[in-house]
Amino acid sequence: MADINLSRITKCFGDYRALNQVSLDISDGEFVALLGPSGCGKTTLLRLMAGFEEPGEGQISIGGQVVADPAKGVMVSPEDRNLGIVFQSYALWPHMSVSRNVGYPLEVRGMNRADRDRRISEALDIVALGPYADRSPAELSGGQRQRVALARCLVMEPRAVLLDEPLANLDVHLRETMQQAFLDFHRRTGATMIYVTHDQAEAMAMADRIAVMDKGHIRQMAAPETLYREPADHMVAGFVGAGSVLPITGVEVENGGTCSVKLGDTRIAARVCPKLASSGHINGQAGLCLRPEDVWVEDEAPLRGKVEDCVYLGGRFRLSVRIDDEHTLPVYANRRARVGEPVGLKVADGWVFDRLAGEVA
Amino acid sequence: MQATGRLRGALPGIMTRSTGNRSSDRLLYWLLLPVFVISILPIVRLAFEGVFVGGVPSLDYFRDVLGSGATWQATANSLYTAGLGTIISLLIGGAFAFLVALTDVRAKAALVFCFMIPMMIPPQITALSWVQLTGPSSALLNAFGMAPPMGSPQPLYSAEGIALLLGIQHASIVFLTLRANLRMIPREQIEAARLAGARGGRLWWQIILPLTSPGLIAGTAMAFVTALGNFGIPAMLGIPANYPTLPTLIYQKLAGFGPSVLGEVSVLAMLIGAIAICGVAIHHRLLANRDYRLMGMVGRPLDIRLGARRSLVETVLWAALIAILVVPLMALIATSLVPAFGVKLDFTNFSFDAFNQVLFVQPSTIRAFHNSFLLSVGAAVMLVLVCLPLAYVMVRKPSKLTKLINLLIEVPYALPGVVLAIACILLFIKIPVIEISLYGTLGIIFIAYLARFLVIALRPVMNSFTQLDPALEEAAQACGAGLGRRLRDVLLPLAAPSAAAGALLVFLTAFNELTVSALLWSAGNETLGVLIFNLDDSGDTVLASAVAVLVVLVVIALMSCFQLASRRLPKGVVPWQT
Repeated sequence: MADINLSRITKCFGDYRALNQVSLDISDGEFVALLGPSGCGKTTLLRLMAGFEEPGEGQISIGGQVVADPAKGVMVSPEDRNLGIVFQSYALWPHMSVSRNVGYPLEVRGMNRADRDRRISEALDIVALGPYADRSPAELSGGQRQRVALARCLVMEPRAVLLDEPLANLDVHLRETMQQAFLDFHRRTGATMIYVTHDQAEAMAMADRIAVMDKGHIRQMAAPETLYREPADHMVAGFVGAGSVLPITGVEVENGGTCSVKLGDTRIAARVCPKLASSGHINGQAGLCLRPEDVWVEDEAPLRGKVEDCVYLGGRFRLSVRIDDEHTLPVYANRRARVGEPVGLKVADGWVFDRLAGEVA
Repeated sequence: MQATGRLRGALPGIMTRSTGNRSSDRLLYWLLLPVFVISILPIVRLAFEGVFVGGVPSLDYFRDVLGSGATWQATANSLYTAGLGTIISLLIGGAFAFLVALTDVRAKAALVFCFMIPMMIPPQITALSWVQLTGPSSALLNAFGMAPPMGSPQPLYSAEGIALLLGIQHASIVFLTLRANLRMIPREQIEAARLAGARGGRLWWQIILPLTSPGLIAGTAMAFVTALGNFGIPAMLGIPANYPTLPTLIYQKLAGFGPSVLGEVSVLAMLIGAIAICGVAIHHRLLANRDYRLMGMVGRPLDIRLGARRSLVETVLWAALIAILVVPLMALIATSLVPAFGVKLDFTNFSFDAFNQVLFVQPSTIRAFHNSFLLSVGAAVMLVLVCLPLAYVMVRKPSKLTKLINLLIEVPYALPGVVLAIACILLFIKIPVIEISLYGTLGIIFIAYLARFLVIALRPVMNSFTQLDPALEEAAQACGAGLGRRLRDVLLPLAAPSAAAGALLVFLTAFNELTVSALLWSAGNETLGVLIFNLDDSGDTVLASAVAVLVVLVVIALMSCFQLASRRLPKGVVPWQT
């Protein structure tokens, strides 16, 4: 197992800049998710680590060994990097049995038959597919196929496991089971894992840290709860969690990282990003990120609004409530509301940040 | 050789552009060199011959050839027969494709199998069997007393006769392209049209026909170019009628005057090439304006119910097959059984003497079987070995060079076989540098086959590499497998079915090919195609028919083997079962 360091990586496809000066440090044994909308460069980043793509600029090192550095002419080919990879399409070889698929890395390394068989059966047991060793991949379900792919990684004791949207082809129920399987795998092996996904729930459920990417940049790299509570910019706030970002004025910074914000006809208390608080232009660029669980309906509350929409989510309702011409708030409620019904809202928490940050780059 | 030097110079620059950065990857690029030498150099050499007179650039040959009335007569004849033939192919092949692919007629597999046979039977045999069917000396018609009186003209020795047989010969091309297109039409698009109220003729005319227009256009273009280059049919029908087309004009010039007319022939070859390229260009132009990407679920075949008319449609289809396939073959068999040409055949006097002659007595026929078998198996095996790595390079490591090669390897197949044969003679009659002549050996036919059939072997393999998920290879790479191992363990097993399909097509096409070998054969190095043509030409029609019957039997037997094995073979191996 090893740590992975990427420093100022740039990758272009023709004129298109897929990655722009990206730096990323992943420690040994960490589970990192690369999260972002399609086309943000997350898969390119993964393929650069695997060695399927060569960076245009920058340096990649794995466990202290430089594996790619165009300036020095270093490029270690994928077959020499000892990294496991799991693809969205499973990439099992249809002409080989499950056990031969799993044992292929050992076959390539020239391991003798007895050791190989032992390792294969251990790996298949870990993913609970022991009885399926002699089947052909075509006879397995999607989830089972992905577990075979995982066992194929496991058997070669890779320095890290790269996963490229491994659950995107599976249905919702299977996804949760497989998430658990990946987490178990991570706990048992302590492998460094890098997980590419566009599904924020998946990333938050599994990763120690998440790198949110957009247009070839890493917008924020933090633990899931930090991303959710304290998004660094507008893109992260909008992409992670079902929240809304409102442009606001009349922010008054108080001590201890809190502030008071004018919302509708009232003021609410919120946390504020230290960087924004210390900058001079807080009232020009501030945005308020509200999460629906921090806002609830309270008939007597001074902040008034009209229900615009009401969706049942199972167990609770999500309302959008318009408080003035510009602002609509997401609210969870435990009763259905009529469209157009006037309600009072109580806001318990909010996060004020620089909504223009990162937009220039 | 000059061109080879240029290629060498171009290689490093193009290689650095690709993602391949290891020496093993670079090795693969050298595969392109023999491909270049075999498929492109001969054509370049031929063009060279036409524009140089005695080593000096000159347009004399152009002036001579283009100023001659015979050239334009042959061009007009070629255009007329190929054009009319294409219309006939389109009508027959189109009708079969629509009915088999879209409706609920029964016994589709048998229909398709029988419809593919005319394409697999060499054109000179088609011509021979039709000539045996019609005309005053037809053994079959005489047996029933239905033959026209002696001395009346053979109706097929005419422009329309040539066009009819070209049409029948190439109907399968239209059928195959169109059916592939029709199978890609998602059922939903037809169903949506029916829900919108379209029925009957409107459905066919406004929805199905426009959706299949890419297939129709492609099939028409292919049938036209193939008909233009066809040699067997105009040779067997046109030469007796004194009706020259461009390929037969070239053949007659060379056969009559020898190498002294190579310059003129080169210009004539360029003329055919230019017409063929015009055909392909029009096809690309027509296709470029259509972007009918088909959306929706593919794979559920459409079954338009014919209802009460089904039996009628089936009868018509089978009757058509009997007319274009069974009856001419019966005539061929009848001719091969008569004791002497022109004798009335009945149940008492038939004889297998001709078969005995060709199989056991005449050394030239036995030799021809042997040569054709050797050449076609050799070409199939060799081409598959070249095509697997070549297709890999072209699909996985595309560069400007591979794209150029991809276009250029079409040329030897698209050009008429006679032209390719001349090009090969010019280049290999005395190979530069090593000063060895391949002319007069089987070797020159073999090289010409490699050049001509490369595309047939390559396309299926390229298709299968294109469809292969790149992750399958990348997964092996992440497991530590280098290029050689990946090719051996992952890519070859997965591409094997399509390679087998390509090899089968090469074998069937090369086994009874005439156009290329017509000019390249020499005594002792006859091929089956040449043998049939020569026997018929010298009046041994009964022997020619016997050889033709044997060739057809071999072809049908081989096709049947693959048909029977198709259930056990992976999908896509049998070319007529997409």
